[in-house]
Amino acid sequence: MAGPRELPPDEVLVQRLRDGDEETFALVLDSWSGGMVRLAMSFVSTKDSAEETVQDTWLAVIRGIDGFEGRASLKTWVYRILVNTAKARGAKESRTVPFASLLPEEEGPTVDAERFRATGEPYAGHWVAGQEPRPWHIPEDHVLRGEVREVIAEAIDELPPRLRTVITLRDVAGYGSEEVCSLLEISPGNQRVLLHRGRALLRRKLESYLSGAHDIAGGRGRA
Amino acid sequence: MNCNDFVELVTEFLDGALSEDTEQRFIEHLAQCSGCENYLDQFRQTIAATGELTPEGISSDARQHLLSAFRDWQRDV
Ligand SMILES: [Zn+2]
Repeated sequence: MAGPRELPPDEVLVQRLRDGDEETFALVLDSWSGGMVRLAMSFVSTKDSAEETVQDTWLAVIRGIDGFEGRASLKTWVYRILVNTAKARGAKESRTVPFASLLPEEEGPTVDAERFRATGEPYAGHWVAGQEPRPWHIPEDHVLRGEVREVIAEAIDELPPRLRTVITLRDVAGYGSEEVCSLLEISPGNQRVLLHRGRALLRRKLESYLSGAHDIAGGRGRA
Repeated sequence: MNCNDFVELVTEFLDGALSEDTEQRFIEHLAQCSGCENYLDQFRQTIAATGELTPEGISSDARQHLLSAFRDWQRDV
């Protein structure tokens, strides 16, 4: 969410930016650009194009900061400019991601049906023995946590664009449901379907990563 | 509620978006099923780890370009 450095409150930020304080500009630039590149990737086709979108957004922010009215937070205002810029660019690249309705592949179960007892069996719909999720111990260790983050970053890159967009906004950038719905013009229900599917896919990746790591670590309490 | 229903409701539960009645049944199931309790916890851990991502950002060229654009714009106004 927030970068390593705490940002001052919006009123202070905005005033300093209007006063031309370069250090403050560098601070917001460094804190937000990463999340903005990820978000832009949902709408455009290449990393370069995403970076250019982010640059165009910052240029618009520089030119528009005097007109910022403070009705939303500064970050939301910046992200809104980004989404509009990215959508326009994506449309030119004929890669638009319309959110109005769900795609067929976005509905349906998010956990492999084979992990549950089949209809007609006793305890139908309950976990098959041996298939139930096991407790996770994500290591506290700095390096290993870094590996976990890498697994997740890769998994996010592989998500279908719409799932990636919603995950990026909700779980990476830390926006609430309402803000995401208004940014993407999507209903709360559909937003939650996409978010849930995205999280379920990431959970699955982590599960297989952690069970692999567990096996390598060698028989620690498998009982 | 069965486990295969439970796993589809986790995000709604975490958002506080379940109806009172469904939330009741969700919690009842949670209290009785360790597999689903683990699933919910794994979901939480996944969300937490995702929140720790520090995105890489823009190239240093682009950064320099934007810093000087900021400087120039302020000078022009
Ligand atoms: Zn269960």
